[in-house]
Amino acid sequence: MSFNVKEYYSNLSKGDVILAYKGSITSELINDILEAVETKLEEANADSRLRKKIYNVLVESMQNLFHHIETYHEGINEDLDPKFGVLVIERSGESYKVTTGNFVNAKRIKFLREKIDKINSLTKDELKDMYKFILNHQRLSAKGGGGLGLVDIARKSGNKLEYEFYNYNDNYYFFNLTISV
Amino acid sequence: MEPIKIEGTPKTPSIKFMQEEGVIEIKGRSIPENSIEFYKPLVDWLEAYAKDPLKKTQVNIQLEYFNTSSSKCILDVFKKLEAIHKSKHDVVISWFYEEDDEDMLEAGEDYESIIRVPFKMVEIVE
Repeated sequence: MSFNVKEYYSNLSKGDVILAYKGSITSELINDILEAVETKLEEANADSRLRKKIYNVLVESMQNLFHHIETYHEGINEDLDPKFGVLVIERSGESYKVTTGNFVNAKRIKFLREKIDKINSLTKDELKDMYKFILNHQRLSAKGGGGLGLVDIARKSGNKLEYEFYNYNDNYYFFNLTISV
Repeated sequence: MEPIKIEGTPKTPSIKFMQEEGVIEIKGRSIPENSIEFYKPLVDWLEAYAKDPLKKTQVNIQLEYFNTSSSKCILDVFKKLEAIHKSKHDVVISWFYEEDDEDMLEAGEDYESIIRVPFKMVEIVE
């Protein structure tokens, strides 16, 4: 069975959803979502430590989308906005789940898989060392990304990164990343 | 040298870089998508300041949030301060964090372990 964005999105939006979005990921959208989520977390009286962690994870995961999503996806037969991405935030008991979804070129799968598996294999202290090493040795790309986003997300959340690649066609996979905070 | 004073926005911090007082301040949120644009003039200013710094430079960093794009730029700021410290001028970095914000304290400690400038961790109690 092939991957279908609509089905994927409606399955995602079934839990105790605080915010669900699919469409273009722009700088303005990131502002709006951050503001909305901040208000909702305050209303929900979430503990301030947890609130900060969620906010940080949200900033990094949306900016990861912003920096890495391709504007157009050739050969994808769905009516998609440019820079298409998915973001869902849901509550699950005392914690929160942030899920992002986006199309990824098949050529990038290996790199991403290896990077996430590596991050997931590290202890808290090893993650700290990896963060410091990248911070000190890698330059920012022209777009402003620094290869630190996923490491930071893993550090702040204190949980393993859950991911899945759904095959779409020969050129594209749909990348689902879920972070529990 | 002209001081730099910038008001904060939801995505960028407020800035006070004052040569006459020897005070450098970064406060608020630093989460722009591309932080280089924002930090480049600050790093340039510090490079000029480093040519004839005051005997003592007080640096106050009080961030509520910063993203990983900013984290590299903040390191660039600290590297300029490290050069001033190395040239036998006093530099103290006060790193402020809210009392329950262990992540922010840890972020300060990360920098402290990379940069050879004395850090003072200051807990803000509400």
